[in-house]
Amino acid sequence: MAVKGLDIFKLTPKSNCKECGFPTCMAFSMKAATGAVPIEKCPHISDESKELLSEATAPPMKTIKVGSGDAERVLGGETVLFRHEKTLVSKNLFAIELSDAMSDAEVAAACDKLKKVNYDRIGEMMFVEIVGVRFAADQAKFVALVKKVTECGKIPMIITTDAEAAKAAVAVAGAGAIIMGATKDNAAAMVEVAKAADAVLGVSADSIDALHDLVESIEKLGYKKLVLNVGETSIKEAYANAVDIRTAAIKGSDRTFGYPSVVFTNKLAPGDINMQIALASAFVLRYGSIIVMEEMDFNAALPLFGLRQNIFTDPQKPMRVEPKIYEFNKPTGKDPVLVTVDFALTYFVVAGEIERSKVPAYLAIPDAGGYSVLTSWAAGKFGSTVIANFVKENNIADLTTSRKLILPGKVAVLQGDLAELLPEWEIVVGPTEAMQIPKFLRDLQA
Amino acid sequence: MPYKRTEQKFNGKINVCEIGAGDAAISIGGEKTLPFLGDEGFKTAVGIAISDAPEDWADCFKTIYGDDLKNPAAFAKAAVEKSGADFILVKLASADPNGADNSVENCVATAVAVEAAVKVPVVIEGCKNAEKDAKLLEAVAKALENKNVVLFSAVEDNYKTIGAAGAMAYGQKVSAESAVDINLAKQLNILLTQLGVKSQDIVMDVGSAAAGYGFEYVASTMDRIRLAGLGQNDESLQMPIITDVSSDSWSVKESVFTEAEAPEWGSLEARGIGMEVTTAAACVVGGSNAIIVRHPESAKTIKSMIAGLIG
Ligand code: B12
Ligand code: SF4
Repeated sequence: MAVKGLDIFKLTPKSNCKECGFPTCMAFSMKAATGAVPIEKCPHISDESKELLSEATAPPMKTIKVGSGDAERVLGGETVLFRHEKTLVSKNLFAIELSDAMSDAEVAAACDKLKKVNYDRIGEMMFVEIVGVRFAADQAKFVALVKKVTECGKIPMIITTDAEAAKAAVAVAGAGAIIMGATKDNAAAMVEVAKAADAVLGVSADSIDALHDLVESIEKLGYKKLVLNVGETSIKEAYANAVDIRTAAIKGSDRTFGYPSVVFTNKLAPGDINMQIALASAFVLRYGSIIVMEEMDFNAALPLFGLRQNIFTDPQKPMRVEPKIYEFNKPTGKDPVLVTVDFALTYFVVAGEIERSKVPAYLAIPDAGGYSVLTSWAAGKFGSTVIANFVKENNIADLTTSRKLILPGKVAVLQGDLAELLPEWEIVVGPTEAMQIPKFLRDLQA
Repeated sequence: MPYKRTEQKFNGKINVCEIGAGDAAISIGGEKTLPFLGDEGFKTAVGIAISDAPEDWADCFKTIYGDDLKNPAAFAKAAVEKSGADFILVKLASADPNGADNSVENCVATAVAVEAAVKVPVVIEGCKNAEKDAKLLEAVAKALENKNVVLFSAVEDNYKTIGAAGAMAYGQKVSAESAVDINLAKQLNILLTQLGVKSQDIVMDVGSAAAGYGFEYVASTMDRIRLAGLGQNDESLQMPIITDVSSDSWSVKESVFTEAEAPEWGSLEARGIGMEVTTAAACVVGGSNAIIVRHPESAKTIKSMIAGLIG
């Protein structure tokens, strides 16, 4: 935060009247400087001062809503450059691009893919959120495509510098559409179109300096729902711009650059999907807010969505599941017991595979500190005693007549000790990777 | 107001480490800023991985390498040719006492043959059994004296042997491996330097994970290590980072399930490359100075991404 407690204190009457709920003006000022309490809470600071302050205490990066209804998402609002400092709050969104220059068959094929890449990963649905439609020549077809995209529940990104075409398209695009957008040549007209439709306006320029000037002039025109194009001509420039724009906003208090970014990997590496995947990955880490690709097949989606899910977790609280005994595929009191840890990622991977096996089974999860199998084992939180105590304390032997206790293959070393601690159980070493569980369980059943 | 770049002022510098000998030598490290933001020509080297026990590798590698898979020297030559990699990593996986338990002599012979077959620097990995690796990498260091290879890697349990023999007695480079934790990385570097290994002879393997499988810890560990080395001028964290993403990337279900097991997912080879390229690119912008992949196409992609980033 750029404003210090003392700056705010100077604007209070220093009367310690407590109307703000704080014992002293100083206490109030210190809290207000962190953004924890709004300046408005003090009725004695003049309106002029408040306006000055609310600008200065505003978060470094604006939060921009895109899309509407179920498709609505937020971008921006970040306060740090690195996730170890504080949680990154808005995950990046992925986009693909269509155009009126594509044949109907090509569009249909692309839409089919969009429908297919839609799956659950650790309790979160994975799919492409935004579909860009680039205007080539045929305005009627262009507008129809934008309409189609919107009806499919995607956030439409209207890509054209032609204000008339943008106006026609945004009329069918629903709330929260993105218009990509404004350049130095059309800024006034585009701002008008975006304002009238309450759309998010994308801003593009030839250089980072020109981009800064253009954003300033658009803000002067009274529009602040913006996203910034990091550049489409060179990878070096796009990367440096993405980093520099975010750094200026977060570290340099440069509010002009306090907006989310857009990266067109499809323009940076046209026709080269592996290169687009590499770039998309780099921009998930380094400040891409909307990342556009030519297409999103499973070879791109599986790793990229997984990476995004990792990067945008809260570093302060590791994802854990409740330690207890879980049931799968309707066990009936005679089914085997698998053991794993309470790390959410591990749980979801293992649970998914047991479900896939269709074999009825129990999954016993002791308190392992919320770590992965090897991490918790190495940390001494997932040893033979921990497992044995959990089995005994929860009377698992009463739950099932099966006496097979299946260990994760990565902790095969525990087998001997466990056999001694749990003599009535047969300690079976399972496979090392969860994906081998279905075959393993079916073989065990046979 | 016109735009003014917000400089992130750093006073530290990452060490330059030369690997390989003669015409084959390359150097890694040397940056004074976060990756690809300075003008010192920071460049990540790209390595290709081979193994003396590739039996469990995906079928696409049988198509790519054919019978060369069974002959490490031929395998190495083909891998470098097909990928254009800057260096090679040879995994002496057959040494594993819990597996084939191949003898130290046999494995050393493999390392020597590989080194002779290629014109790029060589990184040599053991079997990830600390005790066996100590013996193996010590013998490798001796056999390849003057070749300036990287011994990959020393861990807390064997750093004394590998550090003393490798780096000090036979003048090799030693990689210090830690488990995704800045303090562990720092501690092992300090132990190695206290032993007498010059910090210029150390590279760090700070750990890795496939994208989607705990990679957030890898990303944050790298960020913190680089910020400590550059921002706080912490000399015990200024070693170049070397990261092997090849094994993790090719062992998660996204890159292992066959097309029969997951028909909707499409080509296994494309998925493996996707997983490897995603993981590698994330490490490269995180600060890896040398990145190692398995598929030649992954190596080419990451090389051209790096070329693009340097401009
Ligand atoms: C991220 C990570 C961490 C994170 C923790 C994240 C977490 N919440 O667990 C942090 C940074 C905190 C960490 C810390 C440590 N870590 Co750590 N960490 C990793 C890393 C990079 C990834 C782990 C992960 O998320 N895996 C993904 C999950 C899904 O895997 P998983 O739980 O094993 O589950 C799989 C299988 O086991 C199987 N499975 C799971 N359950 C079951 C059950 C059955 C029945 C079956 C059949 C299969 C099965 O299915 C899953 C998918 O296939 C690994 C290295 C790597 N690349 O794997 C090292 C690693 C696990 N860590 C390691 C170590 C040593 C540690 C520390 C002890 C280091 C230290 N000395 O401080 C600490 C311990 C923690 C502590 N504070 O005390 C070592 C363990 C070495 C060993 N062989 O013992 C590893 C292997 C790194 C290494 N190469 O040295 N770590
Ligand atoms: S309300 Fe204003 S004047 Fe009264 S104590 Fe709070 S800050 Fe001071």
